[in-house]
Amino acid sequence: MTYLQLESLHRSFGSVKALSGIDIALGEGEFLSLLGPSGCGKTTALRLVAGFDRPDRGRIVVDGKDITGVAPNKRDMGMVFQAYSLFPNMTARQNVEFGLRIRGRDKGARRGRVDELLELVGLGHAGDRYPHQLSGGMQQRVALARALAIEPRVLLLDEPLSALDAKVRVQLREEIRRIQLELGITTLYVTHDQEEALAISDHVAVMYGGVIEQMGTPSEMYTAPKTPFVAEFIGTMNRLEAQVVDGASGEVEHAGIRLRIDAARGRQNGDRVLILIRPEALELHAAGNGANGDANTLSAEVVTQTFLGPVTRLKMTGGLIADMSTARATALPVGANVVAHVPADGVQLLTLTDDLPDIGEGT
Amino acid sequence: MKRPRMSPSAYVWLLLAAVYFILPLYSTLDFSLKENKAGTPCCTLHNYGWVIHNGDFWHTIKISFILALETIVISLALFVPTIYLVHLRFPKLRPVLAFMALVPFVVPPIVMVVGLLKTFKWTPNWYFGTPWGFLATAYVILAFPYMYFSLDAGFRAIDVHTLTEASQNLGARWTTTLFRVILPNIRAAALAASFLTLAIVMGEFTIANLAAFHTFPIFLQYVNESQGFPAGALTLLSFLITWAAMLSLLLVGRKRGARGAIVPATR
Repeated sequence: MTYLQLESLHRSFGSVKALSGIDIALGEGEFLSLLGPSGCGKTTALRLVAGFDRPDRGRIVVDGKDITGVAPNKRDMGMVFQAYSLFPNMTARQNVEFGLRIRGRDKGARRGRVDELLELVGLGHAGDRYPHQLSGGMQQRVALARALAIEPRVLLLDEPLSALDAKVRVQLREEIRRIQLELGITTLYVTHDQEEALAISDHVAVMYGGVIEQMGTPSEMYTAPKTPFVAEFIGTMNRLEAQVVDGASGEVEHAGIRLRIDAARGRQNGDRVLILIRPEALELHAAGNGANGDANTLSAEVVTQTFLGPVTRLKMTGGLIADMSTARATALPVGANVVAHVPADGVQLLTLTDDLPDIGEGT
Repeated sequence: MKRPRMSPSAYVWLLLAAVYFILPLYSTLDFSLKENKAGTPCCTLHNYGWVIHNGDFWHTIKISFILALETIVISLALFVPTIYLVHLRFPKLRPVLAFMALVPFVVPPIVMVVGLLKTFKWTPNWYFGTPWGFLATAYVILAFPYMYFSLDAGFRAIDVHTLTEASQNLGARWTTTLFRVILPNIRAAALAASFLTLAIVMGEFTIANLAAFHTFPIFLQYVNESQGFPAGALTLLSFLITWAAMLSLLLVGRKRGARGAIVPATR
């Protein structure tokens, strides 16, 4: 059953359309990440839910009640901000206690709840420290405890990890997920980091230009992107522009080379399509190892090798990218001629209508 | 770690600065310890005794001190919420406020007092005829630049938006946010503004004189004209009062620094 519902939310700032009608339905206890590049409208959406801004059109419904016009201090939403937002004049304990004091809870109840929450975020020992005596990661943990203290109806997280270093970010995102599951709290999480969104969410909504491009489980978003933008934004993707030459057999032509792609079957001859291949799906062999001339292969030369630990990423001429085990990659040094085998199945195909938006190199 | 050594020229400049500040004070002290009788040896505390036992001294210093407190309270009550709102909701008005704050600097006090006297002439006597009404109003205007620029710097040093939103999100009304979240974090700026106002009011002469109010600077000027040696003692005592105020600011500021850090502004 839907617990948080955003219905056709519109919001403009002058001539800039920040949100052009977004619809989200989230069940109780679910974790949804709003993912997208800067300026896609994800933070605007979160601020509308928090009540810091009002939509031009549309409704926000929580647990069956329309809260679109309710003041932010009456919404019972717990929020963790991108910027460090702890009150500098209060200790960690006083920060967590703040919302409970506002609600007039008695001292004993407050103390118990604050202790419990500080323990939950692993800071039971640091309650008497002021924000400037805490690291960035600790400050965001306290901010999380503070947001949870008021037992919010929805937990809102606005890029809470973006100011932290990589290791702390991974640790803290796992803790956020653990705590969210433990408390069963409905959560809306804003991030531009697709790895973060895929790692901790039940659902991911990819936003671009004020609209939701696609919403689904992390696995769906990775394996079955529905738009070129989502394909580009989630993970790294090889994208090959091609034209269908034989729709009956699924044959397409890319840069003068014919490839057989299962997903092209049934398409009209002459259709312009975009072949999407994950780097790990591209099989590389050294040229001249009997692989030359095989069906579904592209010839290329290795331009760079990037060591990523267990795998190495190879970039090749023609813009091809392939991930392979580091042990195997040593046989294909920079400058080596290779053939890349494009699997006929497990490859996405999208109709090419417009140019893809330039969002930089997907990673 | 070894401290870098100061160059000899730095010592010379330090010495010159020390002489510039200390010499007049020493001369005033020396003067205040003399007696109005030829041939008496140095030194006597007679002039300090005269000041301390003078009823007018206590009367006028009380008036000026209460006036200063009144000015501080009115100014803080007016300007803290105003500047908070400007930072939060109307940032485009900041240059307008900054310009208005410069006006008391630009308009000469004599012009201002004549204008104020004409403007407030119609007001009832309880307001126009007492220092607590008319003079306090004039001093709030006079203190505006000091209040504004100190408080503005304080607000710029914190992330007003995020702190306000965090507080609202936890259920606080804007008054609760102002008093429990914002004010404690601009305390140093508010204190700086308050002590600057205190110093201005304790030393303001032109407006009080032209509006015919008997404040501490008027008494100081009267003693200076009529009795030279006690005037020296009076000057030093007024310095001491100002210094005590500055020292308390320093102590409170240091205490605050140990308690909480300022959140850097991000917007």
